[in-house]
Formats: sequence, C-alpha cells, structure tokens
Amino acid sequence: MRLIIPLAVVALVLVYPFVVNSFWLVQIGGRTLGFGTIVLSLVFLTAYTGMLSLAQMTVAGIGGYATAYFTAPTGGVGVLLPWPLALVLALGLATLAGLLIGLVAVRTRGIYTLMITLAVAMAFYYLTLQNYDIFNGFTGFNNADPPVVLGLDLGAPLPFFYLSAILAALCYAGVRHVVRTPFGLALQALRDEPDRVRALGYNVPLLRVLAFGLAGFIAGIGGILNLWLNASISPGSVALNPVIDVLMAGVLGGIGHPAGAYVGAFVFTVVDNFAIDFIARERFNTLIGLIFLAIVLFSPDGLTGLVRRVSTRWARAGRRDKGATRKTKDIGK
Amino acid sequence: MQAVADKQAEALVVEGLTRRFGALVAVDDVNLRVATGEKRAVLGANGAGKTTLFNMIAGDLPPSEGRILLAGEDITALSPQKRVLKGVRRTYQKSLVFGGLSVRDNLYVAVRGATGPRLTIWKRAEAQPDRAETDALAERVGLTDRLDVMASDLSHGEQRQLELGMALAHPPKLLLLDEPAAGLSSRERESLVEMLANLPRDLTLILIEHDLDIALKAVDYVSVMHNGRLLAEGTPAEISANQEIQDIYMGRHGK
Repeated sequence: MRLIIPLAVVALVLVYPFVVNSFWLVQIGGRTLGFGTIVLSLVFLTAYTGMLSLAQMTVAGIGGYATAYFTAPTGGVGVLLPWPLALVLALGLATLAGLLIGLVAVRTRGIYTLMITLAVAMAFYYLTLQNYDIFNGFTGFNNADPPVVLGLDLGAPLPFFYLSAILAALCYAGVRHVVRTPFGLALQALRDEPDRVRALGYNVPLLRVLAFGLAGFIAGIGGILNLWLNASISPGSVALNPVIDVLMAGVLGGIGHPAGAYVGAFVFTVVDNFAIDFIARERFNTLIGLIFLAIVLFSPDGLTGLVRRVSTRWARAGRRDKGATRKTKDIGK
Repeated sequence: MQAVADKQAEALVVEGLTRRFGALVAVDDVNLRVATGEKRAVLGANGAGKTTLFNMIAGDLPPSEGRILLAGEDITALSPQKRVLKGVRRTYQKSLVFGGLSVRDNLYVAVRGATGPRLTIWKRAEAQPDRAETDALAERVGLTDRLDVMASDLSHGEQRQLELGMALAHPPKLLLLDEPAAGLSSRERESLVEMLANLPRDLTLILIEHDLDIALKAVDYVSVMHNGRLLAEGTPAEISANQEIQDIYMGRHGK
C-alpha cells in the first residue's frame, strides 16, 4: 500500500519523456526537477527544523555562479577547470554559503529570520549586479552547458531530464534518510522544543547551522541544474522575484512534506509557462497570487496536505465501513 | 569544614549561590549539600526561587555569585550540554516533549543526547545499536505499549511520564525534576510516587514540588525556600511538624 505512490512517481518519470514534446520535457519537466530541488532545500529547513529562509535561491545562485565561473568563462571572467573539480567547488561553496547564512540566521526567530535572510539575498543580488571581476555584472555568464560524459551529451533534452530526475531523486531520498538519523531526529526535536533539546545535551545552535549547511548543499545541486537548464546565469536569477518564487512554490506544494517541494515547483512552473496563453503577461503575478491566497486560506499545508487529508478521510471512511460489517456479524452471533 | 572524602560522597554541593535580576534577588546565598543517592525535595511558595535554583544547577542560567560542585568537581562555568554529559538531567515545569515525534523517537533523542555521537547522518535511527535502550526506558515509566504513538497524542499524564523517561536516559547522576506532579490526577500522582520510589539507588534526585504530600512521600530530606533564601531543612517528619512552614503552606492549601 505504502509503495504505490513512490512506484507510480518512478513509473511516471520513466515514461514521461516518451509521451511529451521537448518543451514539456525540458521547460516543464526539467525545470520542475531543478527548481523543485531548490524548493526542497527550503522545505527541509521548514518541515524538519522549523526555520524559514528566503536565501535558498541565493545559495542556489552561488552554486550556479561558481559552476559557470569554472566551466564557462565569459568576457574574460572565470577560470576554466575540469568539470568534476568545478562541481565539487560549486557544491562546496554553496554548502559554505548555507553554513554562513545559518550562522547569522540562527540568532533570530520567525519573521526576523525571514528579514535577515531576505537582506542576505538582496545584498547578494546587488553584489552580482555591480561586481564585474567575479560575477561579470549585468551580463553574468553565458553558454554554461552541462558536460559531455563518455560521449553522452548531458545537455541534450532526454539525458538532461534523466540527470535532473536522478539528482532530484537522490536529494529527496537523502532528505527522507537524514530526517530518520539521530541528527535528523534531533532537528525535529528542536523544531518542537528547543529548550528541551539543550537540556538533553545537544548543541542547539550547531544543529541549526548544520541544517542550513545541508540545505545549502541541496540548494547548490538545484542551482547547478537551473544553470544548465538556462545555459546562463545573471543577476536576474537571484533577484527578488526568483527568491520569493521559492517560498511561493514551497507553500503551494506544502511546506510540511518534502514531496510538496516538487508538487509546488510543478504547479508553479506550469502556471508560469501557460498563464500567458489566457491572461496578459503582466497579470501573471495576480494569478499566482490568487492561487497562493486560495491555498493559504483553504489548505495551509499546501497541495500535499490537501491530498493527505483527503486520503486520511477516505481511509477513515473505509475503516468505518469495515467496523460496521463486523458489528453486523457480531449481532448474528 | 568537611573532609575531602566526605565531599566525594556528596553528589551536589551548592555554595553561596545567588542570582539577581536587577534589584530583585531571586536566589539569595543558598547552600545545599545533597548526598549521593539522596532523594531531596525543595519546597516553597511561588516566587521562592526554586526554579531559578534549578536553572543555575542545570546551567540554563549563570549564577551572580557562588559555586556548584558535582561530585566534588566545580561545574559552575560549564555549559548545559557539558553538564548533561557529566550526568545532570532536568525536566521543566511545563511538559516539553517533541510532539511531532513518536514516543520511541522522543526517548531515542534523549539516549543520543546523553551518549553521542549526536550528529550521525549515515545510519538511520532504527539501525543504531543504542536504539534498544528506548525499550528499557519506556518500561521504567510505563509507556511500553505507547512507543509508536505520536507524543502530541499522549495525555498530559503520559507526557509527564515520557519526560521522566527522557530524563532517565543513560542513567543520570543527578536528576532535577521541576514539579513532576503538576497537572496530574490523584491516580497519576500515586503512580508517579511509585515511579520515583523505584529509581536506582545511586541516583541523586532533587524535586521541586508545590504539593507537600507528594514531596513528603517521595523524599528522604526536605529543603524549604522562602523569598530566595533557605528557610529550613529537615526530614519530612520534621518539616511536617514545623509550624512556621505549615503556616506558609496553609494559605496555599487551605485544607
């Protein structure tokens, strides 16, 4: 019973490329998986540690910028390195950025964490915009394509989709694994009662900072996928809109469960791409805002929460039916 | 004063402990000597300074003055985490359990906190060798058949049991219970007294209690605090017979 949904998702991902055109494959499918992994890093923080962050797109951007800097020097900016080394550096820098943001953020709670991470995000945006030595200013980096591995061009639509799917699946499984380890249980414990966790012998700030570091690593993977999808990165990739999009997608999908990250990213990507067909482009924010509002009003735990509640209700109704039959039998005895 | 050998036998020595909050002196020059294995109650009305005293012993609050010795070792400057490793464990007045985790996971977080390593991310909790310790803890506090229940679904009494179980992980040397009977029904109070009586002999227990009856049933010795100072010390029988202390409590109980 419990395996049905995961198996269905795996089957769907395997079959998906053969039933859709290349637009749906890359611009919807690939984007959902890359963007969803960035959202996953936020959902991990929120669902299991109770902390919010608006800097996850920024951390992803650091991963993306670093990859571009080391694999696709543009306009004389950047150092060409072998791609495996570039990726290790990029993920290391994203993790480091996560840890540093965590160091600042764990001193605050709730709305103040949001404010301080937003401040970090905006500071990074202006840095990328004004710095030409490292970030190449307004232009950013172009032609940042995925590597060709053993003759397989990972930038071609089908390999790129599967690459994204594998990395997303690894991140998702990684999150599900970590939250069941002693470290993950301690994170959930401090989400519920931080004082008690300290009284049990844990270093609470350290746990929180490490959680930010892990979220940074995940966001870095999403950031690299995002870079390869667009083949470019520029200050627009880490501006206010994409920073908020991560939170929007998280809330749409449901900030309480890691699956919500990908559900939210999918819905967001679809609306983002197709809203233009039936409303004017400038009305996109109105539409996504209304959807956001409806979700927050009617299902605060997002679309996954909605599904979960409906299925529990079904399960309960089923149990009631069974209970009723048993009672009828009992009467016969 | 006392010989060194004597100090070793004392699980906890508190010397001249004082805590000021601005002009308010919450705890004023308190001296305590608690022998290893002793069960001690700290009584006192609201605002007597009992919880502030606990906060300082557990390390949640630095003292303004004074020293705290655990088995002869000065722990005054140690962080709360370090004190946990030395065997100091506490509970809080309010039930603090991890509502989003099962009873077993709650207990497991406590087991890991007391022994470490705390940051393991390679193996799941289910595959850890010390996972089985949660069974023994659950049995100690009567939660064996509730291990897979979410802590938020427990009754208030069961949550207090769970808290006690968490505090008993990797047996502490010094256990500080802050009003363990608060909010319990009279039946639950009885089973609490029984649980306290069944604690290991070498475990030193200090409990804060409003309820004289519970405190007097569960402990060997009583310290009474009033307005931040130690007012009296004695056996439960002596304290029950002390008219001055009875007067302090009369107003509260009004029986």
